[in-house]
Amino acid sequence: MASTRERLRPYRAVLASRARSQRAYRTSFALDLGGSLLVGLVELAEIWVLFSNVTTLGGMSFHQILLVFGLADLAFSLADLFFGHVDTLPAFLRAGTLDAFYLRPQPILLQLITSDISLRRLARAAVGAAALGVGLATSGVSWSPRTAVLVPLSLVSGYATFAALFVWAAGLQFFLLDGSEMTNAFVYGGRYAATQPASVWSRPLKLVFGFFFPMAFTAYLPAVTMLGLPSPQWLPAWLGWCAPAAAAWSWLMALLCWRWGLRHYQGGGG
Amino acid sequence: MRATARVYWRLLVAGFRRQSTYRLAALGGLVANLTFGLLKVAILFATVRAAGGQLHGYDTTSMSTYVWLSQGLLGSVNLTGRTDLALRVKDGQVAIDFLRPVDLLAATIATEAGGSLFAILPRGLPSVLLGAVTVGIALPTSPVFYLLGVVSLLLGIVISAATVYLIAVIGFWLIETRGLQMLYMVASGFLGGLYVPIALFPQWLRILATATPFPSIMMYPIDVLSGFGGAGRAFGLVLAQLAWLAGVTAIGELLTRAGRRRLEVQGG
Repeated sequence: MASTRERLRPYRAVLASRARSQRAYRTSFALDLGGSLLVGLVELAEIWVLFSNVTTLGGMSFHQILLVFGLADLAFSLADLFFGHVDTLPAFLRAGTLDAFYLRPQPILLQLITSDISLRRLARAAVGAAALGVGLATSGVSWSPRTAVLVPLSLVSGYATFAALFVWAAGLQFFLLDGSEMTNAFVYGGRYAATQPASVWSRPLKLVFGFFFPMAFTAYLPAVTMLGLPSPQWLPAWLGWCAPAAAAWSWLMALLCWRWGLRHYQGGGG
Repeated sequence: MRATARVYWRLLVAGFRRQSTYRLAALGGLVANLTFGLLKVAILFATVRAAGGQLHGYDTTSMSTYVWLSQGLLGSVNLTGRTDLALRVKDGQVAIDFLRPVDLLAATIATEAGGSLFAILPRGLPSVLLGAVTVGIALPTSPVFYLLGVVSLLLGIVISAATVYLIAVIGFWLIETRGLQMLYMVASGFLGGLYVPIALFPQWLRILATATPFPSIMMYPIDVLSGFGGAGRAFGLVLAQLAWLAGVTAIGELLTRAGRRRLEVQGG
């Protein structure tokens, strides 16, 4: 036990210093939190505007969509909090600062993950949590042991899936560099897809975000299972229990891409 | 006069060429546009169908046109609020810009607009084309909309550059403009009609949106290019854009002059 704690100490020290530095300038931190809160609220407002015109979308009411949005956005914001900066790898590559990571006796991916923490995302997570709370209270979820297991199960799996997306993107960025926006398509596009009812998707979206980047598993499918709604034919409702498998698949792909990228990397020179 | 025009033309071309060196970035942007476009089509089509096939003047085809035009414009207008100028104001390098015999506002807009014009080629047109092939769009038949559309698009690009310029020069007083930039990012996308066309907003929100320059950056060019609401409305929108351009650039000039007196450059 003592040796594990000893091993984790450098990571804890870095993270604690990052957290401290962000809170040092109070006004700036408050503004960051406010901005992050606004981002979350506007994303919710988009759904609210759609529902100001219609009563159901993809077989779901506004309160039921709140449940999907809450599950997806809370999981994404927390993953963004701890993993979001991994996505900025091109900045490290251009500056040549990744090479410094090679000098330390710790795994490079782990160093990169623990190199920063974006506390401002807490504000956005709060929007997700609030939506989830309201969704759970008003969408007509039956309160059973099943729900009590499904909510934490899908949150943890969703968190892991989104975290894997960030690592997946980082691995690809060893090749893309300037083309980093390409990974935005599945990282931020994935977040957007996760908050939608998957029942409205066209065929290419079903393939891409239903299975390859398993976004339907992070929120929509667990919500359908919780609500006992009829699910679309291509996504049987019992798949709602398979969120952990989706997370495992994402991490497998993420780690493969990361290894592949790291092998490709030749160093920053100099 | 002609010499002055040539300087800004050169800056425009320089902006165009600078952007043209980032080809992989343009491809990345296009992939992102296609993905978001398909997701937007899915949810907005579902909304139109749930409303019975017609929603505030939109059917599925005109909704698709809106989606792909908006994705195509995304590479050419600045909805993030981030600018190089903001950094130069923060670290004082803007003092060097002031030494040049050009107007800072006009020079910044010319350079930005050059990059925006280039983005139409690898991102704007292919996005619209991909949308037309994969989902189908409806373009107007009358040449009026194309002529006005080009004017409206150019105005949108310039208003976008002039509005983000305001954030940068407010930095003369604030120094750190990141909070303001974030506020711009949230407001411009939403009120400009990137997420949902503003015709779908509840009335109070629509009035709030039209009281900002943001619809002039994205929603109006889309409406004019797609002929949404007819030729009379298209003329009106272009006039509204001209008014916003005049207002935003006037404020920009005022802030630049006041900020120049405020700027303090240390060191020697």
